[in-house]
Amino acid sequence: MFASIHAPGVSQAVLVECARAFSPRLGSAAADTVVLDANGLNRLFGTPAELAGAIARRAAEMGLPASVGLASTPEAAAHAARGFRGVTVVPPGREAELLGKLPVAALTPFPELARTLAQWGIKTLRELAALPEEGLAERLGPEGVRLHQLARGGGIRPLIPELPAPVFEETLELEDPVELLEPLAFLLARLLADLCARLERHGLAPQELRLGLKLRDGRAHERVIRLPVPIRDSRALLKLLRLDLEAHPPLAPIAGVTLAAEPGRPRVLQDGLFLPPAPEPAKLEVTLRRIAGLVGKGNVGWPELEDTHRPDAFRLKNRGQAAPSTEGRCGLSPVFLALRRFRPPLKAEVEAPEGRPVKIMARQMHGRVLAAAGPWRAAGDWWTPQAWDRDEFDVALSDGALYRLFRDRRRAAWFVEGSYD
Amino acid sequence: MSSLAVKRAELETALRGLPGALGRTLRQAESLPYWRSPQEFASTGLAEVDAIAGGLPRGALTEIIGPASSGRTSLLLAILAEATRRQETCAVVDAGDTFDPASAAACGVDLDRLLWVRCGGNPEHALRAVDLLVQGGGFGCVALDLGELPPRIARRVPLACWFRLRRAVENTLTVLVALEQVSCAPSCASLILETRPGRPIWSGTPECSRLLEGARFEAGPRKRANWGQAAPSTVGRCSLSPVSVAFQARALG
Repeated sequence: MFASIHAPGVSQAVLVECARAFSPRLGSAAADTVVLDANGLNRLFGTPAELAGAIARRAAEMGLPASVGLASTPEAAAHAARGFRGVTVVPPGREAELLGKLPVAALTPFPELARTLAQWGIKTLRELAALPEEGLAERLGPEGVRLHQLARGGGIRPLIPELPAPVFEETLELEDPVELLEPLAFLLARLLADLCARLERHGLAPQELRLGLKLRDGRAHERVIRLPVPIRDSRALLKLLRLDLEAHPPLAPIAGVTLAAEPGRPRVLQDGLFLPPAPEPAKLEVTLRRIAGLVGKGNVGWPELEDTHRPDAFRLKNRGQAAPSTEGRCGLSPVFLALRRFRPPLKAEVEAPEGRPVKIMARQMHGRVLAAAGPWRAAGDWWTPQAWDRDEFDVALSDGALYRLFRDRRRAAWFVEGSYD
Repeated sequence: MSSLAVKRAELETALRGLPGALGRTLRQAESLPYWRSPQEFASTGLAEVDAIAGGLPRGALTEIIGPASSGRTSLLLAILAEATRRQETCAVVDAGDTFDPASAAACGVDLDRLLWVRCGGNPEHALRAVDLLVQGGGFGCVALDLGELPPRIARRVPLACWFRLRRAVENTLTVLVALEQVSCAPSCASLILETRPGRPIWSGTPECSRLLEGARFEAGPRKRANWGQAAPSTVGRCSLSPVSVAFQARALG
């Protein structure tokens, strides 16, 4: 059995709140109508009439001008609630008889179809139900058949319950404040195991972890860990939390822990049989966090060149890993002369009669210029404070090495940018 | 076979003959599939170097040594380009912060598959980062760039660190490459490639239109483990650079 509550002009949230007192499985039939699954409610509320009465009383307590319908299909229940005032119970098998008095407009047909039926003189559901189905199918198509089935009290679509979005959050209040990371990690392991188990039951995985620590002095310590891909491995997540807490420890003993997860769909990737293995995302994330703890967060990542002519313009991305492709590139690339950059460029004393370098002295290198090419003038970003303007030279020094040298025209100073290797 | 290899083979034979637990363990270990599996090699991306070095051994340490402007970085980028072309994920641990992504991209390295760790001149951090990456697994090539580290400081790296790295990379498909000025771990490396400065190639007249077209370098194996169907304990040492090849690197346009 299905029950429906219809209250014109009342928001659906209020109707849902009223219906949720009887069943968690409920769906929307229209903006002002909700349908709920009443199967099994007879044990609590008795006969269908008593159940419908209970729903009507509940609606009245909430001050809703509601009408209630009870029928064996969601559509019939909704039509009963929308078509009749008060409480209407439609016994199974008598849908066509009881709903037959309703006008065809109760089925909300398309305007063209409504006009056609009006021209035929069909005004009520009983008259529509009396028409032959084959003839309707020939003349009105599938929509006509659908209206015919509804007029006879048949159900076409099942109830699609709108369940509230689950909240993935675990909270723990501690009797004695925790001061060390080790016992805190023990508690986090438990919370993470519960959280991951709940997420797994929903076919989800954490995309973001939010750790809230209630400190003894009343302050709160909050950390957010965003994951590049949803990871459900609780041990890997625990390592990430530990690394984050080691880098950002709370400033007072901890009196309460709240761990929440933003769920995401776990990545399903079918690796090719002949593709090389790649680092496992969970392990890689832990490894990168550990390395970031050593060298700094901004010093590890996947390089990306910036779309500019400014020298040494790049950024480090958090996430690389191009998607695996079965089409590998073939052939060998040409070998280019690699530049080893000095960061920052080495300031140099350069003897340059007539503007061409002949002798260079810098912190790590010095010598006579055996051969030089240049100058190659480059400038850019002149419309910003980071404007650059320079003359570049490629030089072979007497120490046997090849260097890239440049003269900063704005500062009138020489620098060694790097060595060709 | 060198006297060291002969002594080692004799020692292993004697150990296998032991009646106790050690001998049994050694005999069982010999039956494991990886014990006698042929060593896998990865291409360097340079046909000339592959021809004389036989490629880079996977699951082993390879050292690329040479002074400044000897082509070692160009060789490393060729290795990375070839690895990313095979769709392997690679990592560069840059101790001296000298890696140039623009050069890498020009050499054909797929930057989306290259992890870059900038250690800001701290070799200790670089060694720990390499250790973490190798332990994490899944990388096709992990390169440790110590090219700017003066030899007197590079030699201070304890040998135990190199043994630890060699042990970590064993039984994996990772090519571990260390780029240095001089060999710091000759006993741990399975292959040492030595590069020598060549000559720059200039075009145009000196006064007005000279252009650096590229450079020609030499590379050759200084030490190469004798892999094959035999147990990997038979390591042969070549004399200094028995063969070397020249390769040319073009300057970026």
